[in-house]
Amino acid sequence: MIKKDSSNILTIQDLHASINGTEILKGIDFTVRSGEIHAIMGLNGSGKSTLAKVLAGHSAYEVTQGSVLFDDIDLLALPPEERARAGLFLAFQYPIEIPGVANTQFLRLAYNTVQTRRGKEELDPLEFDDFVREKMKMLDMKPDFLDRSVNEGFSGGEKKRNEVLQMALLEPKLSILDETDSGLDIDALKIVAQGVNQIANQNNAMIVVTHYQRLLDYIVPDYVHVMQSGRIVMTGGKELALELETHGYDWISANKQSLAGVSA
Amino acid sequence: MSAVLQSLVNQPYKHGFVTEIESDIAPKGLNEDIIRLISAKKNEPEWLLAFRLKAYQKWLTMTAPKWQNVHFPQIDFQDISYYSAPKPKTKLASMDEVDPELLRTFEKLGVPMHERAALAGVAVDVIFDSVSVATTYKQKLAEVGIIFCSISEAVHNHPELVQQYLGTVVPVGDNYFAALNSAVFTDGSFCFIPKGVKCPMDLSTYFRINTEGSGQFERTLIIAEEGASVSYLEGCTAPRFDTNQLHAAVVELVALDNADIKYSTVQNWYAGDEKGVGGIFNFVTKRGLAKGVNSRISWTQVETGSAITWKYPSCILRGDNSVGEFYSVAVTNNYQQADTGTKMIHLGKNTRSTIVSKGISAGHSNSSYRGLVRVAPTAENARNYSQCDSMLIGDQCGAHTFPYIQVQNSSATVEHEASTSKIGEDQLFYFSQRGIDAEEAVSMIINGFCKDVFQQLPMEFAVEATKLLSFKLEGSVG
Ligand SMILES: Nc1ncnc2c1ncn2[C@@H]1O[C@H](COP(=O)(O)OP(=O)(O)O)[C@@H](O)[C@H]1O
Ligand SMILES: [Mg+2]
Repeated sequence: MIKKDSSNILTIQDLHASINGTEILKGIDFTVRSGEIHAIMGLNGSGKSTLAKVLAGHSAYEVTQGSVLFDDIDLLALPPEERARAGLFLAFQYPIEIPGVANTQFLRLAYNTVQTRRGKEELDPLEFDDFVREKMKMLDMKPDFLDRSVNEGFSGGEKKRNEVLQMALLEPKLSILDETDSGLDIDALKIVAQGVNQIANQNNAMIVVTHYQRLLDYIVPDYVHVMQSGRIVMTGGKELALELETHGYDWISANKQSLAGVSA
Repeated sequence: MSAVLQSLVNQPYKHGFVTEIESDIAPKGLNEDIIRLISAKKNEPEWLLAFRLKAYQKWLTMTAPKWQNVHFPQIDFQDISYYSAPKPKTKLASMDEVDPELLRTFEKLGVPMHERAALAGVAVDVIFDSVSVATTYKQKLAEVGIIFCSISEAVHNHPELVQQYLGTVVPVGDNYFAALNSAVFTDGSFCFIPKGVKCPMDLSTYFRINTEGSGQFERTLIIAEEGASVSYLEGCTAPRFDTNQLHAAVVELVALDNADIKYSTVQNWYAGDEKGVGGIFNFVTKRGLAKGVNSRISWTQVETGSAITWKYPSCILRGDNSVGEFYSVAVTNNYQQADTGTKMIHLGKNTRSTIVSKGISAGHSNSSYRGLVRVAPTAENARNYSQCDSMLIGDQCGAHTFPYIQVQNSSATVEHEASTSKIGEDQLFYFSQRGIDAEEAVSMIINGFCKDVFQQLPMEFAVEATKLLSFKLEGSVG
């Protein structure tokens, strides 16, 4: 059994997961407490998105070992929609297009589903329209976006903003942002970061997956984890991101030993 | 749907007002004597008997079509009884006696409580007097000179109209099943919209008295005179059970100059169980003749039922500038087979046609679109646009498209677009990550996919069709 600190939102222990029989996650351990922002960095193919999707419950992945507690519930026992309703949110690296389904309809259904779960009032289409437009202003989004099909024909940047908008609507307890900064120009990046910072508070937490230090200028992490071949090989404070920026990932291999054991 | 009809539709509906006639059933088998018997029982004029006999003679020379992409056991036409007088249904004493599966279905479809009882055949004493609903409805129509009754009634009360138009759009020997229908049809609907009249409400079979017992060989004839217009609704979304396995209906529409006929169907016959046992074979010939200049025939169908559907609502665009439209959603699940589509025959100048076909296949089912666009040498500047989209749910089902295009006039423009898509695991994951479960996700995707067709349906029908589709596809994604 896992001992749980009362402020722990996510407790991952020895998590192994595979896809089509190939092991991708090879033992992940870390803990996220409320109010914290964690950054996960690492080269392409190191398993960052896999970790995100396994936490969200994608059926293509099989968890072969380990445990994950979300608050004090066994996250891995829940189907993906229950995880979402419990307050886990994933901003996808590659948001999928859903032709024919209007964004506003999709957003309202998602919003009302989560609201109902929290014992709160649903919003009717008119009320929801006011509510969502307010949030869209914060992210500098055009109103016509509501009538378009979910992600269909969106530019990379529009897709990412749509993810952040959904995060803002659903007010999750734990948000995982998978490379939300990729494909954004610097202005868009600032807007998205601003949005994220408005959502972050002492009762929720964020895991920000990124390649680049530049996002972390705007979203300041409490911890930075570095992933390599399905493991977290190094954990440090926000200065670790700067070290990586200067020295590159090769530097990790050389310094792994000395830094291992820094608490997460 | 107009507010008036809306309020009428929302009234309770009772089955009990069908005139009781002594029940009798003809011996099984098909021959001239049986046809004479049907005609005599119905007290028909000589010309109609001649019509039936001519059809029968044609039928004897024909064989069942084999080209459609469906498979079914050979039908023994001598093992069917071709005449059964309408008889009142045996009523159940309470809702407790109704098949729970049926009740669950009604609930899912949102069929109002009082209608559930009526549809399930429960002898509930509904306080409401349904005769007065039908009477009010008929009075409103009569005021503007519209005739809307059963075809048997029309044969007696308006024989000259029936004789003038019956079989002019679908000739007695048109195809195997149409010939059979012409020989033995028992009942169906008749609508006549006189010159210049815009029908003030949608005409719904829901209100046609004596629909019970129109049986497996239904015959419908709708005529819109010059400048007239009408919207006709066939069927209802509540499931229809029937012990007759073969259904072969014929529908004929005639639109004169500047007339407009819109025909909408929601078909939900019993489809057989999840293993493919039982279910109706639905072989229908539906055809509209856009006879006059600027006339318009528009078919909208939502096909969800039947074990086998074989149906091609078609338009013959004879009048110059006439318009033909076909909007279709066909859903197949489990072991259902559907072979459906349309024919647009362009004869007049500047004729235009639009085809929008959406096929959805789930389970082990197969769905085919088969469409013909023919532009005759006389059809100067004809235009057609066809769009055929298929959606697959799971990987055991199939979708097929068979477009036939025959253009004999070089000024024609014919466009055909087709697409096939699949509801993917990653799409469903995206929904579920936002808290939306798979069934709701599929229903949203499907409704988006069918939007172009649903928006052609009268408002209330569209709402019902949406629910029906979700219901039909329930459990098809895991
Ligand atoms: N369907 C799959 N089958 C086998 N291997 C896969 C599959 N999907 C991803 N992988 C592998 O898993 C590893 C981790 O991928 P991913 O989690 O997307 O990395 P990151 O997000 O860090 O770039 C990569 O080596 C990738 O090739
Ligand atoms: Mg990734």
